[in-house]
Order: sequence, then structure tokens, then C-alpha cells
Amino acid sequence: MGIIRNIAASLVLLRQSSVKNNHKVIMSRRLHARRTDGVDKNVWVEFTQLAADYKAVNLGQGFPDFSPPQFIQEAFCKAINGGPQMHQYTRAFGHPPLVKSLAKFFSRIVVQDIDPLEDILVTVGAYQALFCAFQGLIDEGDEVIIIEPFFDCYQPMVVMAGGKAVYVPLRPREGSAILSSGDWVLSADELASKITPRTKAIVINTPNNPLGKVYKTEELQMIADLCIKHNLLCFSDEVYEWLTYDGAKHIKIASLPGMWERTVTVGSAGKTFSATGWKVGWAIGSGNIIKYMKTIHQNSVYHCATAAQEAVAHGFEREYELFGTPESYFQQLPTMLHHKRKKLASCLESVGLQPIMPEGGYFMVTDISSVKVDLNDLSTKDELYDFRFVKWLIKEKGLATIPVSAFYSPEHSKEFDKYIRFCFVKVNLTFLTEVVHLKKQLPVCQSFCLCFLLTGGLHAGCCRGHLEKVESERVNLPLM
Amino acid sequence: MSIARQVLNCSRFTCRSAHVTCRKTFTTSQHVMMSRHTHAKRIEGLDKNVWVAFTALAADPSVVNLGQGFPDIPPPSYVKEALAKAASVDRMNQYTRGFGHPSLVKALSQVYGKAYGRQIDPLKEILVTVGGYGSLFSAIQALVEEGDEVIIIEPFFDCYVPMVRMAGGKPVLIPLRLKSGKKTITSADWFLDPDELAGKFNSKTKAIIINTPNNPIGKFVPVFFLQVFTKDELQMIADLCIKHDTLCFSDEVYEWLVYRGHQHVKIATLPGMWDRTVTIGSAGKTFSVTGWKLGWSIGPEQLMKHLQTVMQNSLYTCPTPLQEAVAQGLLLNYELMDQPECYFTSLADELEGKRDRLADIVEEAGMTPVIPEGGYFMLVDVTALNQDLSHMDEDEAYDYKFVKWMIKEKKLAAIPVTAFVGEESTKDFEKYIRLCFIKQDSTLDAARSILKSWTKV
Repeated sequence: MGIIRNIAASLVLLRQSSVKNNHKVIMSRRLHARRTDGVDKNVWVEFTQLAADYKAVNLGQGFPDFSPPQFIQEAFCKAINGGPQMHQYTRAFGHPPLVKSLAKFFSRIVVQDIDPLEDILVTVGAYQALFCAFQGLIDEGDEVIIIEPFFDCYQPMVVMAGGKAVYVPLRPREGSAILSSGDWVLSADELASKITPRTKAIVINTPNNPLGKVYKTEELQMIADLCIKHNLLCFSDEVYEWLTYDGAKHIKIASLPGMWERTVTVGSAGKTFSATGWKVGWAIGSGNIIKYMKTIHQNSVYHCATAAQEAVAHGFEREYELFGTPESYFQQLPTMLHHKRKKLASCLESVGLQPIMPEGGYFMVTDISSVKVDLNDLSTKDELYDFRFVKWLIKEKGLATIPVSAFYSPEHSKEFDKYIRFCFVKVNLTFLTEVVHLKKQLPVCQSFCLCFLLTGGLHAGCCRGHLEKVESERVNLPLM
Repeated sequence: MSIARQVLNCSRFTCRSAHVTCRKTFTTSQHVMMSRHTHAKRIEGLDKNVWVAFTALAADPSVVNLGQGFPDIPPPSYVKEALAKAASVDRMNQYTRGFGHPSLVKALSQVYGKAYGRQIDPLKEILVTVGGYGSLFSAIQALVEEGDEVIIIEPFFDCYVPMVRMAGGKPVLIPLRLKSGKKTITSADWFLDPDELAGKFNSKTKAIIINTPNNPIGKFVPVFFLQVFTKDELQMIADLCIKHDTLCFSDEVYEWLVYRGHQHVKIATLPGMWDRTVTIGSAGKTFSVTGWKLGWSIGPEQLMKHLQTVMQNSLYTCPTPLQEAVAQGLLLNYELMDQPECYFTSLADELEGKRDRLADIVEEAGMTPVIPEGGYFMLVDVTALNQDLSHMDEDEAYDYKFVKWMIKEKKLAAIPVTAFVGEESTKDFEKYIRLCFIKQDSTLDAARSILKSWTKV
């Protein structure tokens, strides 16, 4: 083996001396770690790039196109202009004012005494909280149950931790028209059948991305019963917890009996305060579990940025005082998005698509199976239908969405390749004009007039002039 | 760990005694649960951390903190202004490009293109991370696994060892050794024994981590090493990397903090090294904004793509407004490079004065400073003080005991240097403590008063 090694080393030297500035293989043995195998593809990287390349209006990625609320922007400015300590390291597991205000705020909600130092870990977005949970608690060979459709990062995170993902799909309820995300349900029997002695955890996401389902108490209780019976951990991704519509109520599974000690609840300042670019998130749970996540955190990023944490702390202090009142941002944001959601659904229906009304979250999933479009792009011919449709929509119509089969496991994605996902956390004009543009290209009912929607209901009747005006405005819209 | 726990429990946050009682009733079910819910093996033995322990101890406002490495001098006003300006733009409060905000990677490509003397592709050869720390993590996770050995030079920034272990790798340590027989000591008097280093490389060696300027010693890995060796140390490391086909992770977060008579050289610029080196930088250290936690890795695409994979599966993207502000700061200083107004130069000038001041203070107090050639730390040999610590915990190294005693009795915080070495090297480093001098003059004065009154007793 030593001789081979020497020859290999000599070959490397020879190659290097004769080749300049090429992407050459430098290692005669394996270069990258196995944990990065199979997790290099990423739907966001692919589609965000495509949207940027074609200057498409981006209704794909989930971020608002409006600013965070005034009070939080002011808090951030105040922090920036605060003393020099605002620009230096803070406490690694979470800035003291932030963990204090999170503990105070959420203790009231889960009716559990949350210790700010032991039971909370502040992370770089909810994304990193999930990473710490998987890395800290999932080992080689552990099975993790993921409910489909799922936020796509859960699967590669399980794989990178050496675990095995086991999937259980939400299915449309039999016998009824699928009008709402509430019509997609989990079968208790099917879920129970997926549990094995190797099952370590189950990941739930409520409100759900992409469907918008808000799990009801009885649904969570069913999951909780299985967690307790089989001694499982529960990772509960609740980043959209404040965004529920039509009276749907967000329930924290950690507040159910027997669940606090086995649940990691993940939250996000980005989604809470419409500031996704701040990348402040947290994990809340029993200190006995959080401590393992802290070890991952201290050996990966160690600290999170100070000033944004200070600002988020102020945000939660304010919301603690205003909780349940009309001035609370946690009331105002869902109220505003409630209307945008309705408008988008109407628009989509008017062009012949079948939206699934989300009970919560940022997104609306639409069934595209009734639309017949000639997808003649050869470069995508081996991909699933929704991927092809979305790419066509970006390239030909300048509208970016996300294909929903990206949120399914390889084994089930073919069953769910007729859905696309829209983000409706956008100001009116942006997405409506794009849908109008879409209307002009699809062979659907011509008689429905969109003027009503565009002008906020002031006019009725078909009006070519309106459509032309809107078309010219679309061209001048600010791009991503 | 127990000391840290006690300190944390007595901290200014209220102990929730009711909560403690509630916890007791859960003990039985938790015990059953915990026997099943063990942590993942990758974190075994990695929970201890010198900072968690000592930051808590030094948090007492009456303690003069020369321990943890962060400035108490303000950052340049234009970076704060750039941040405030960025935060006022709607789009800057939302997600940006995962591998690095476009304006930042472009600015980095410009600044480092000049430093490397080559075109650096902003999209394929740069990754923006959560601090230099995040870059180390991404590189190690991407490129080190079970069965790999990684050479680490002692003393080392303490995270290298746990990060390598968490990735399943095996740290192989080699100490810097002190040349004997010198009166005033500088960081240049610590050297790497070439034969010893060569002996550490084998077929399992995946990478070597170098840190220049070094934390904690402040040593540069110099290009020309005039005294004993005819060959320079960086070239020596480079030759070994090429011969054994290993990677090099070069932690250069203190790259701009160079004192007179010394030069920072990037190992990636030596022949044959670009293709096998990941070089790490830090906005926090560059602009005195450690609390921004932004850093970057630069290297060839065939390495960087794997770091990008780790990034997209760990935290995906870094904060936007901070990246925009750092981009502005870099562009401004790019225009001023090689001029005295350039922050990269002016900060080094300012720190050189503080370095010399602290060295005087330390010497006055009867201790021996190791004058650093770069960075903002100084090692101090406390042997001459002959401090009796026999009343303290037997199990800890002398420097750990000394620092804890010094924080408690003298209200002056430092960091014990054996935190930066492996067990076998403890006896060679346990008479050293590390002081940070990127501090206001008033802080250094306060330290001086403490040390003066100390020696009087």
C-alpha cells in the first residue's frame, strides 16, 4: 500500500507541474466527507438562481416584499447605535435580554416555567435550530419520521446526521372536495405502522409549509400518544405560529401532557417579525434535551449576531404587553395576509387553477392538473411534471413559484407532481399582475373579469384598457 | 463544568426554585426517557468549553476583562452607519443569496484578488459564513470524516480539536517549541521542528490546520526564518502538504494585524497550494465587530462546493444587512489600501502601541510577556510570581487555577493557555496566561493599577 501511495503522490506532483489553473483532482483518495453525499442538490439554490436569471417575479421563495414593522426596525437602529457591546460577542447560547423575553413570552403560552438559560437556545434562524436538533440527537441508524409534504431541509439534515428518513404522507380526505389544507389528514394507523424500534423522532411542522395545514388538538394528541407510547422525541417546527386564518388556532404540541420533556419547539424571528434576512431563530425545550443542541451550537457557530438579538428582544417585550389586543403585530400580520390569501385564491380560480386554501402560513398550494400547457423544453424532459411546469412558468411567463414534489420523498413525489406553491406574503400589485399575465396565456374562461380584483372592487365589467395598463406596470415592477 | 454551573446558577437571573421542584416530580419518567434518549455520539466529550466557563466568571462588571478576545474599543463609525443604512432598505431585511450576499462576495473577490494576486470567482470560490468559526466548521464538516487525521499545531484556537472530533476525525497535535536561552521573548522564538512535523504526516493525514497570525501566541508562520533553518516554515508545511497530498485549512482571521517588521503571507499563494487550501477570514476581527459574526472561506471550486453543501444544510444563509455593511466597509478600505487611513493599517498601528504598553505593564509586575508579531493577544509567563495555589483544586492545570484565583482575588481576567493545547503539552504551557490588548487605554490602565498593587503586597 505504501508503494501505491508513493506512486500516487508522485503522480500528483507530476500532474501539478504540468497543469496550471485547471480544476484538477488533487487527491488521489476521497476528498469530501461522506456526510455531504447526496445532499448537495437544493431546490432553492436551483430556482432562486433561475428566477434571477430570467428576472422573474419571485412568488417562490418565502419572504415578504414589505418591510418589517416600524417598532422592530427602530429597535434594530437603536441597537446599532447602542454602546460598543452591541457590536461584540454576546452570550453564546442567546443574548440575555432575548432569552429572558422569549422565556417570559412563551411561558405564558405553554403554561410551563421556561428557564431562559437552560431551556432556550438562540440560533442563526430556525434552520440552524433544526440542524442542532438533528446533529445533537440523531445518530447513525436512527429513524426519523417526516410527515409529507415537508419543508425540504428536514430530509438532507436527517441524512447528514446519519439517520434514515421514514415518510408518512398527509392525504386528501376521501369523499370531499379538497378546498382547504384542513382537508389533508394524517392516518393514525399509517403513522403507527411506520414506527419501529429504531425510530428516534418525529418531525412536525404546524402551520405546515407548503400546504398551510394547522394541526388541530386531536391530530396533535394522536401524534403525542404515539410519541409517549414509543418514547419518541418530537421536533416541532412552528415558525409560522402567528399566521393562522379563518379562526384556526395554533396549538403547541409541547403543551400537551407528557410532551414538554420530549419536544424541541423551533421558532423564527424572521417569520414572526417579517425580517427573514436577520436570521434569528430559537429552540425551546426541556434543558435535558436543549443541552445537547448547545454542544452542537458551541462547536459550529458558537455565537449569533448581537444587535439583531437585542432588537428581537424588544419586539417580544412589546408583544408581551400587547398580546391579544388589536395593536399586536401578531394580530395585524395575519389579518393583512388573510386578505392577500383570499385575493390570490380568487385570482388562481379565475384562471382555472384549483388552490387549496391554507389555514395558516405563507403559502398556497395549487392543483395544476386541469391546465394543459405544451411544455416543449427539452432540457427538462426527464423531470417531474410540476418541475417542468414551474420552469416553463419562469422562462416563458416571468413568474417564479416552487414545484410541490420538491417537498415529497423520492418514493412519493410522483403521486404529487401536479401542484405548485405560491407565496402570498407580497404586496398586491406584484402577484396579481403576474396572474393576469398568466390568464392571457392559458386557454381558460375568458369571461371572468379581473378588473374587480386589480382595482380593489371599484370597477366592474371587462376592460381591455385596464389590462393593458396593468401589463405596462408589470414591465416596470422592481425585480428581485 | 461544575464551577461554570454554580456560577450560572448564581448569576443575575432569578433561580426558579418552583421550577426545580416541578422538575423533581418528572425525574422518574425522565430517567426512563433519558436512558433511551442519549445524545448523538458525535458530541460525546465535547460539551466542555473554556469560554462558557470563563466568560461567566469574567462577566462580573467589577472584573477587568483581558480574557475573551473582543474589543472594547468602538468599531469604525462608517461600518455602523453602513449597517443602519442597509437595515433601512426593505429588501435588505429579507433573505439573500445562500453562499454569500452578492455585493459582499464581489467585494471580497476584489480585496482578496489583490492579496492573492489572482482572479477569485465570487460565486464559486467564496463562501460567507457565521464568523471565522462557521468557516472552520464548514470546512471540517465538508472535508474531514472518520478515519481522517488532522494535524493541529499547539497552541491552537481551542475549537479546532472538538470540531475535528465531531467530524469523526483524529486530531494529531504538534507543539510549537520555545528556543532556549533568550532574555526578551517574542512569538518568533517559538518554532516548529521540521523533523517532528514531517513525522506527523502519514497516509491518513487529510489536512493540517494552520493559524497565522496565531491565537494565542501571536506568531506568524514566516516566509523567511533567519536563525536556525535555511528553509522557511510555510514552505516547509506546503512541501509536506504536496508530498502527502493533504489539504490545508489556513485560519487567517488576524491577517491585517501585523506589527512592524513582519509580513503576513498567505500559504495559498505558494506554488501548488491554491488547489488544496481553504483560507478563512473574519469581518469581526477585520472591523472590530466580533458581534456581527460574519466570516468567509476562500478556495478553489473543487473544495468550496463541498463547504457550500454543508452551508445549505446547516443554516443556509447569513444575515443580509450585516453582509451589505461589511461589503461597504471592504470597498471603502479597498480604495485606501496601502495608505495610512486604511483601517487594516490604522488598526494595526493603534494596536502596536497597546501591545507595547501592555508588555511594559506586565514586565513591571514581574512577569514575562511573549511579544506577539501579530494578532491581539499576548502570552504572559507567570512563573516569576511564584504564586502559591496549593489551596485550589488539585486536578486542574496551574494556569486554570491561576486565572480563577486572579479573577476572584485580583479582579483581573485572562484565559489559561493550556485550554489551547492537548494534555501531553500541558506541562510545557501551564505557566502561561493569555491577555487580550484590543482594549481601551482606560482598561489597560485599570489592569496596570491592579498589577501594581499586586506586586506591592
